[in-house]
Amino acid sequence: MNAQRTERREDIIAAPSRFPLREVILFGTLLVAVLGVYAVMGTAYSTRMLVEASCYAILALGLTIQWGYAGQFNAGVMGFVALGAFATMFLSVPVNDAFWGTELPGELGRVLLYGAAAAMLVYGATKLDRVGVPKKLRTLIAIILAVVLYLVVISMMRGVTGEIQSRAGFIGGLGLPAWSGWIVGGALAGAIGYFIGHICLGLRSDYLAIATLGIAEIIKAFLKNSDWLTRGTATVSPLPWPTPGPSELGFTLARSLYLSVTAAMIAVIFFLLHRAYHAPWGRMIRAIRDNEISASAMGKDINKRRLEIFVLGCILMGIGGGALASFNSIFDPNGFLPLNHTFLVLVMVILGGPGNNLGTIFGAVAVYIIWLMSEPLALFLMHGAAALGEGWFGWEPPGNLDSRALQARVFVIGLLITLVLRFAPQGLLPEKVKHHG
Amino acid sequence: MNELVFFINNVIIAGSVTGSIYAIGAVGVTLVFSIMRFAHFAHADMMTFGAFMVLLLTMAFPGVGGAVGLPTPIVMLPLAMVLTALLAVGIDKAFYKPLRAHGVKPIVMVIASLGVTLMLQGLIRLFAGTGSQNLYLAGERKEIYRLDVPFELATRPIIVTEPQIILFILTIVCVVGLHLFLNRTRLGKAMRAMSDNPDLARASGINTNHIVAVTWVVAGGLAAIAGTLLSLDVTFKPDLSFFLLLPIFAAAIVGGVGHPYGAIAGGFVVGFAETLAVFNWTVLLRPIAHLFPEWVEIPRNLAFVGTEYKIVVPFFILVAILVWRPTGIFKGKVI
Repeated sequence: MNAQRTERREDIIAAPSRFPLREVILFGTLLVAVLGVYAVMGTAYSTRMLVEASCYAILALGLTIQWGYAGQFNAGVMGFVALGAFATMFLSVPVNDAFWGTELPGELGRVLLYGAAAAMLVYGATKLDRVGVPKKLRTLIAIILAVVLYLVVISMMRGVTGEIQSRAGFIGGLGLPAWSGWIVGGALAGAIGYFIGHICLGLRSDYLAIATLGIAEIIKAFLKNSDWLTRGTATVSPLPWPTPGPSELGFTLARSLYLSVTAAMIAVIFFLLHRAYHAPWGRMIRAIRDNEISASAMGKDINKRRLEIFVLGCILMGIGGGALASFNSIFDPNGFLPLNHTFLVLVMVILGGPGNNLGTIFGAVAVYIIWLMSEPLALFLMHGAAALGEGWFGWEPPGNLDSRALQARVFVIGLLITLVLRFAPQGLLPEKVKHHG
Repeated sequence: MNELVFFINNVIIAGSVTGSIYAIGAVGVTLVFSIMRFAHFAHADMMTFGAFMVLLLTMAFPGVGGAVGLPTPIVMLPLAMVLTALLAVGIDKAFYKPLRAHGVKPIVMVIASLGVTLMLQGLIRLFAGTGSQNLYLAGERKEIYRLDVPFELATRPIIVTEPQIILFILTIVCVVGLHLFLNRTRLGKAMRAMSDNPDLARASGINTNHIVAVTWVVAGGLAAIAGTLLSLDVTFKPDLSFFLLLPIFAAAIVGGVGHPYGAIAGGFVVGFAETLAVFNWTVLLRPIAHLFPEWVEIPRNLAFVGTEYKIVVPFFILVAILVWRPTGIFKGKVI
């Protein structure tokens, strides 16, 4: 019995020290692919691709700690990306004197103060039962008060925002450096994540998916329609870079500099996550994921730990979204698509290996390259099919052929998700569980 | 009185229309949830698929409706229901069943259903394009009924369109049919048994695979009805999916997940909440403005949210119900 145990232990301890053959092969292939893209598409384009892939890698790391470490499924990555992008835009765009030079900031501040006062009043009304008001009456008073005050404040808000829109365009930014926007974006995304997580994490895991999907659409609707804050569909550009821009250094050098910034961020995040994963905290998170009941029997505060890791993931998504928006140098609320910013990230994580940071980064870069290359491929195939149909059967190709052809990529992403879940649920680089003998 | 007619047109009728559509959709979601225990995200796209099938069939046989005396899309609806039901069963065989056989966690099934959503979306938009299309082809037109109100002061009529009347009738038929199916037939009773306790149902000789297939048939058929009615009321839009999912799930959760009658009630709650929230209350307040003190000035627009923020309403309801009563108003079985 005892001998058997030591034997098995040796086996387990010996396992991690094997030569990382799979990693070497996969990353070697990836390197070849990247070099191939460099050779075919030129350095400026390829460096842009790598920067975007590295921003996506930050998003994917955020999702991998939620899904891979803790088993929480966030279906609204897009919303947190949009929040990060918004915060970056708001902080880094130059100050708009047409707004700050007038009495409008005071007006806006007054309405916001009214809003805060109304919120406090309603909160006070919910505590009326402490002074002897019956509970049912308290609820009634609180609800009526909330409705009336909300209507008052929202009509004031509509007045002020309409005024801002017609006189100053939008309220502009604060003129701070881009990295401050990334940090605030992370904080903002974390705050929304806390709100959602606080409500949903104690319930069935499906509810989190529904709620995140909803909040992502709401954030997008808000950013798209609040013209006074974000200029809505008119988009804001250019957003400043944290590094010298292409006009000073040329495209390749400037983008390489940006790449070095994002790569450094990934390295720091990777190192911190690696430490956290192997720390007692990481083991606790995995214990909760694998067996919730026994973890709670060990006295772990499950909901608190879940909330921690969910918020942490959201913060990373906010930071990644900020970096992506700065690099693209445009804030376009219509550019946030569930496909590009939620499901692509999901594919990166589940294909690369959920819970394995190295696998996630591999998945991010590999999937992003395939994604970019699939666009011309889809167009080519569709045009070919249309030409064949026209030549053989005399079909008339529909007018919006290009936008339809790109829908084929939606199908492929969906197929990829279902196939990976069925045939390779561990991903290409599975999570390595170390056993401490 | 005209204000009241306005209210009836914009809230009562519009709310019942959206409410019925959400209710039919939510019943499907809740049935799938109660049998297979996962939130089926592809439901909204199954609705779109059903409507798309109706569109294709209407384009293929444009004259059928005139012969029967009904709009062609309604005549084609049963066929589209069969096709959607087949699709639902096929999707289950191809994508969900292997995962179920592996015994994966419910959340993995949710992700798989999101994958299926994307596949359906891609396919539908590949063939239907991304623009909206009218289910009423040229040559047919929506009948609009103007009902005069028998009061002196009301000059405007109550307006109901033909698809809305069909929608109300079909909703009643669906609800009654579902009730009879679940309570009077062997299959319906077996379904309820399986939703209560799958192991016990299997032990008492119910073929659970069979029940799963039946559930998909019912869910697919209902999805086709809901999608077609939605497209008839406005137009066929291939990109509604994520905007439909939230209200439908909110309706299912409000009614208590796994509780078909609750889902119907939840659908109407969400539908009316949406229309009430975007309704401009100034219209109703203006006639009684003289009752308010002098200093109260009624703003021109007194809606809770603008129409562009409509999606906030189901989310707010969802959050409220999850905070105060996660089991839903009718005490669903699963939380």
